[in-house]
Amino acid sequence: MATEHSRTAARLMVSPAVILLFLWMIVPLGMTIYFSFLRYNLLMPGMESWTGFDNYYYFLVQPAFGAALLNTLLLVGGVLLITVIGGILLALLLDQPFKGQGIVRVMVIAPFFVMPTVSALVWKNMFMNPVNGMFAHIAKTFGFQPFDFLSHAPLASIIVIVAWSWLPFATLILLTALQSLDREQMEAAEMDGASWLNRFIYLTLPHLTRSITVVVLIQTIFLLSVFAEILVTTNGGPGTASTNLPYLVYQQSLLNYDVGGGSAGGIIAVILANIVAFFLMRMIGKNLES
Amino acid sequence: MGNITLSAVTKTFGDVNVIPPLDLQINDGEFVVFVGPSGCGKSTLLRLIAGLEDISSGKITIDGRDATDAAPAERRLAMVFQSYALYPHMSVRKNIAFPLKMAKMSQAEQDKKVENAARILNLTNYLDRRPGQLSGGQRQRVAIGRAIVREPAAFLFDEPLSNLDAALRVTMRQEISELHQSLKTTMIYVTHDQVEAMTMADKIVVLNAGNIEQVGSPLELYHKPRNLFVAGFIGSPKMNFITGAEAAKHGCTTLGVRPEHVEVGHGDWEGVIGLAEHLGSDTFLKVQVAGIGDLTVRVPGERGLHHGQTVRLHAPADKLYRFDASGMAM
Ligand SMILES: Nc1ncnc2c1ncn2[C@@H]1O[C@H](COP(=O)(O)OP(=O)(O)OP(=O)(O)O)[C@@H](O)[C@H]1O
Ligand SMILES: [Mg+2]
Repeated sequence: MATEHSRTAARLMVSPAVILLFLWMIVPLGMTIYFSFLRYNLLMPGMESWTGFDNYYYFLVQPAFGAALLNTLLLVGGVLLITVIGGILLALLLDQPFKGQGIVRVMVIAPFFVMPTVSALVWKNMFMNPVNGMFAHIAKTFGFQPFDFLSHAPLASIIVIVAWSWLPFATLILLTALQSLDREQMEAAEMDGASWLNRFIYLTLPHLTRSITVVVLIQTIFLLSVFAEILVTTNGGPGTASTNLPYLVYQQSLLNYDVGGGSAGGIIAVILANIVAFFLMRMIGKNLES
Repeated sequence: MGNITLSAVTKTFGDVNVIPPLDLQINDGEFVVFVGPSGCGKSTLLRLIAGLEDISSGKITIDGRDATDAAPAERRLAMVFQSYALYPHMSVRKNIAFPLKMAKMSQAEQDKKVENAARILNLTNYLDRRPGQLSGGQRQRVAIGRAIVREPAAFLFDEPLSNLDAALRVTMRQEISELHQSLKTTMIYVTHDQVEAMTMADKIVVLNAGNIEQVGSPLELYHKPRNLFVAGFIGSPKMNFITGAEAAKHGCTTLGVRPEHVEVGHGDWEGVIGLAEHLGSDTFLKVQVAGIGDLTVRVPGERGLHHGQTVRLHAPADKLYRFDASGMAM
C-alpha cells in the first residue's frame, strides 16, 4: 500500500484541500493581526497609521472588557450545565421503549435546525415579551406581575435561549451512547443488587463520559462565539449585562467604527479561546483516549 | 440452600408462546444442565428463574418461598452471562466486590472475600487490571468470581464457555465442575453442547421448543431416551434411525442404533463405505446399506477401512432402541 510512490501521490491529492483550508484561516487571521496594530477608524478612511499595542491596551482597560469576559464564561458554563444535565435526562427518557418513539425523536432534534436569529426572535416576542409573551400570559393567569425577562435577567434569558437550541445536540449524542450500553451489564448489575440510581452512577455515567466530553468540547467552541441571539434580543444590554466578547468586538468595530480596536479584541478573544481549550483538554481530554 | 421449583410456568412474548406450561424441580446442591437446540427457550427459562423476565403465568418457588414476583436481587441467585457482562470501567477487584458493595458490606470484609475468591480462581495477579486487559478465560473467571462472593442460593450459567476456544473450554469445564464439588451450591447451566451436558450434569433437562422432553441423569438419557428427540440429541455422533421394513421386523416404527454399537465385519447388513473420517482414536464411517439407508458407524482405533469398501454390519439386539409411531420409546 504505502509505497514511496503512492505516498507522494496521496500528498499531491490532498494538498489543494489543505492549502485552501490553510489560506482560508491564515488570510483573515493575518489581516486581523495587521489591523489590530493600526489606528483604523471607519469615519476617517485612508488615515490609517501604526500604533503598536495601543489598541490592545485600550481594549483591555475598558470596563466593558471585564464584564464581557465574565459574561462569556457564564454563558458557556451555564449552557453547558443545562445541556449536559438536560441532555442526559432527556436521553434516558427517550431510551425507554414507548409508542411513537421515532416521531418523538425527530421532534426532539428539531430545535437544532432552527436558525439562532429565528429562535431568539421567537423566544423574545412569543415567550418572553412582558406584554404579549406566553410567560406573561401564564403569570397573569395566576395573578402574578409579568416578568420582563430580557431587561431584568438578560444573561440568564440568553442562556436559556441558547441552551434550548443546543439541548437536542447533546441529547442526540448522549442517546446514541446510551443505546450502545450493554444490556447484559445492566442485568448483571440488577442481579448484583444495584438499585436504579446505583446502576446509573456506576454503569451508565462512566459509559457516557466520553460522549459528555465530546458534547462539552464541541459546544464550547460554538458557545464562545454566540452572537446572533444577543444581537436580536438585548443588544448586549442593559448596559453591558449581556455583552460577551464577540458582541464587544462587534460594538467596537462596527458601532464605534474602530476597526483597529475591534481587531485587537478579536485577537484577544482568539487567545482566550485557546486558553480555555487548553484547560479543557487538560481536564477532560484524557476521557477521549480509549 | 438452593431448592427451586417451577410449577406450570409459561412465557409468551407478544403472541409467541415460548414456554408452554412447564414443571421442574431442582434440588439443593444439584448441577442441572438445560440442553436443547438453538432457540428452544433455554435462555428464556434461565432468565425467568433469575427474575430478569416476568413469567406470564405459573409460580416459582425458591427455598420454599414464593419468588414469582421477587426482584432479581431478592432471589439470591447469581448469574454468569455468555458475554461475561463485566463492568468495563472497574478493575477486576471492583468488579468482584460490586455485589458486596451494593449489599453495603464493610470494606475490610469486602477485601477479605475478594482476596479469597481471587485465590480460588487464580486471579490474584490480575486484581488491578481492567476487564479489557484480560483474556477470555480470565474474564470468565472474573464473572464467576463476582458470582461466588455473593454466596448465592444458586448459580445460573448461560452458555458461559461458548466464547472460548476448544482447549480452554475443556479446562474451564473442569474448573466449574470442581467449583461445584467444593461449594456444593446448586448450579443451573445452559448449553447446547451435549458434551458439556454429559460431563458436568447431575441432572440433564432436555428442552425442545419450550417443552421438557426428558429429565434425568446423563447415563439415564443415554441408555433410556424417552423419545426420538432425546435419542437423537444425546450421543455423538447422532443415533441412526431406521424406518420401514427393517423397523417393522423388530415390531416398531423407528429403530434406533447408536454408531458406537454397530459392529463391523460380520452380520446380515451389507453396505458400501461412502465416507471414512479418521480421527486416530476412532474412525467414523458413513455406510450406505441397501434397503436401510445411510448408517453412521463408529469404529474404535484404526482398522484400515476406506471409501468404496464393502463391509458387513451387525447391530446387537440388546443395543437397539425401538420407537412407536408417535416417536415414544417402547
Ligand atoms: N424478547 C423477546 N421477544 C420476542 N421473542 C423472544 C424474545 N426473547 C426470546 N424470544 C424467542 O424465544 C425463543 C427462545 O429464545 P431463547 O433465547 O430462550 O433461546 P435459546 O434456547 O437460549 O437459544 P440459543 O441456544 O440460541 O441461545 C426464540 O424463538 C426467540 O426468538
Ligand atoms: Mg441462549
